[in-house]
Amino acid sequence: MLKTFPKGGIHPTENKITATKAINRLPVPKVVYVPIAQHIGIPSEIIVDRKDSVEIGQVIAKSGGYVSSNIHSPVAGTVTKLDMMVDSSGYKTQCIVIRTDQKNEANFQEPEFPLKREITMGQKEILQHITDSGIVGLGGATFPSHVKLDLKNDNKVDCLIINGVECEPYLTADHRLMLERADEIVVGIQILMHALHIHEAVIGIENNKKDAIKVLKKAAAIDKRIKVAALRVKYPQGSEKQLIKSILKREVPKGGLPMDVGVIVHNVGTVFAIYQAVQHDRPLIERVVTVTGKRLEKPSNFWVKIGTPIKDLVEAVGGIPEGTRKVVNGGPMMGKALKSTDVPVTKGTSGILVISEEEASRQESKPCIRCSNCVFVCPMGLEPQLLMNLSEKGFYEKARAEDILTCIECGSCSYVCPSHRPLLDYIRFGKSIVKKLETAKN
Amino acid sequence: MILSIVDSTLLLGSIGTVAAGVLFLVSKRFYVYEDPMIAEVEEVLPAANCGGCGFPGCKAFAESLVKSDDISDLFCPVGGNDVMKEVSVLLGKEVAEKDPTVAVVLCQGACEVRPKTSLFQGPQSCAISALVFGGETDCQYGCLGFGDCVDVCDFDAMHMDEETGLPVIDSDKCTSCGACVKACPREIIELRPKNKRDLKVFVGCLNQDKAGIAKKACSVACIGCAKCEDICPKDAVIMKDNLAYIDPLVCTLCRKCVEVCPTHSIIETNFPPKKVRVKKQENPPQAQA
Repeated sequence: MLKTFPKGGIHPTENKITATKAINRLPVPKVVYVPIAQHIGIPSEIIVDRKDSVEIGQVIAKSGGYVSSNIHSPVAGTVTKLDMMVDSSGYKTQCIVIRTDQKNEANFQEPEFPLKREITMGQKEILQHITDSGIVGLGGATFPSHVKLDLKNDNKVDCLIINGVECEPYLTADHRLMLERADEIVVGIQILMHALHIHEAVIGIENNKKDAIKVLKKAAAIDKRIKVAALRVKYPQGSEKQLIKSILKREVPKGGLPMDVGVIVHNVGTVFAIYQAVQHDRPLIERVVTVTGKRLEKPSNFWVKIGTPIKDLVEAVGGIPEGTRKVVNGGPMMGKALKSTDVPVTKGTSGILVISEEEASRQESKPCIRCSNCVFVCPMGLEPQLLMNLSEKGFYEKARAEDILTCIECGSCSYVCPSHRPLLDYIRFGKSIVKKLETAKN
Repeated sequence: MILSIVDSTLLLGSIGTVAAGVLFLVSKRFYVYEDPMIAEVEEVLPAANCGGCGFPGCKAFAESLVKSDDISDLFCPVGGNDVMKEVSVLLGKEVAEKDPTVAVVLCQGACEVRPKTSLFQGPQSCAISALVFGGETDCQYGCLGFGDCVDVCDFDAMHMDEETGLPVIDSDKCTSCGACVKACPREIIELRPKNKRDLKVFVGCLNQDKAGIAKKACSVACIGCAKCEDICPKDAVIMKDNLAYIDPLVCTLCRKCVEVCPTHSIIETNFPPKKVRVKKQENPPQAQA
């Protein structure tokens, strides 16, 4: 019996149509748009000006505080504008617009990084490198990695979990990365274990990626401290709390962090970025993005420079087919429909999903029939239908008492609801109000 | 037969008497003193229970009026000065006098001047759509058009205009309780002074984008050209973030700014139609009821 988390969860159709497509490099775009708010926390501060010329990997916006991150130029070129642009949040944010220098060869050379196993740096140096390289959680939450690694004295961490679950349907970015860069990922794990003095690491992978499990097991054979755990396929296993429960059977307390139970969780993409930052001094300026959709001509996985407009990606797979309703940033469960395809790829963009009218359309919402399906599937053990009603009617204090803030917004409740009620929309709304009230109180 | 009637009368009568006695004793024993003034003040208040005063209902407001020594910062926007004067007479305390206000919508982005560029399929609520993105049009400052403000209006003073997709406020019914101001996630509703004939001049736009972007998103957007600021004889126009704001306390309603505005984003309401002096009426004053 494979491991999994005990409470709730669903199994949506996997649709991993790009699982066999190797990661190609997308041509360098002519213009990149780099938003300054690509991570959770304080937006970075721009340190370049119009008409400045920048090199690949040069810091163009520096960290604005502790929970913040550096942003580096993904291309060599000239800063043409500092402008407000709509980003994936749907709102206008400050962007640095850089025109790629077509003559500069550095832009078009395929970067080659031979595998480097030897870890020469000390603990502090490694952490400093991770901070400077602007690494954030690449699973989608974009939480600055250096904050996760900055252990306070009273936290004893004994296990590092590497998240290779990728439970979202359609997305295969992590899957391909594990297949193609298994050795680098293992070195990345060793770097983290070395820096944090941890002697146990587990890579969690769902059992629908048997090839990745095999490859990583082989790669991890060099280090006995690293294990690979095959997990039963269940959404939302990629969520930190669920993954810890699946692998270690430890439960993160309400409102707590994985650190409280002695665990740190990092995505495989983040680990690879850490490997590159520490071993090759390369900051986070590109990531793997799955561009997928049932009607696309040639859905594929790409190495994409941060700041590439999403329309370039869609064009690379054959353009938007007829009858498309939504272009989603992320997977179908937690992703968010984009307002336009001019929106740039950011550090948190793991996939672009093009979905057709019949797949995307919302059904008419009907009254709740009290079937309690939403309660059964909620991985956090909440009562979604109650939380929705409380949010809708404005009973925010009551909603807070019912732990609305512990909702991880996985959308399982909305997925199973036979009455097609917009449960998650209202819960998210309630959460935002409750959070606002809490900050007002403090 | 008769006996049974007498029996039951006696029985029920005695039960009633005992119960009345119990009730009397209980009401004496558990009597809570309440200032009779509170009931009297509550009688004067409009009983709208709208919360416009900041209290959860007229009773709570009456309590607060009676209990606090200084009530000059308390005001009932629904009742206005008349009601507050009555309260003052009743309580013998000084009350503040405020000019009556009325809610106005600071957005003219009707469907035809502000084209939709995307579609929101989630729950039809402004608050929820504002969480997700900047709105169905390219203007992220203007009306979202799902009518959260209309839903919270207790006085039937608002409705959505189906043609423009914008809320319309009925000045006669509006009590300026401020419920719509709180409900709007974009803060496009403002309470402005209501003078005798309800004459108003205000900038009907909140777009802070640069001129080109604003104009592209909405043809009646304020482009921040500051022509109104230049022409205003009283310095009532404040320019900030590519946006003009007319200070209602300084404005003398001369309407010079309305004429110079190149995008017609300044609205004048309830002025009598101009006479011959206007040669060509391209944009007749928007009659906002």
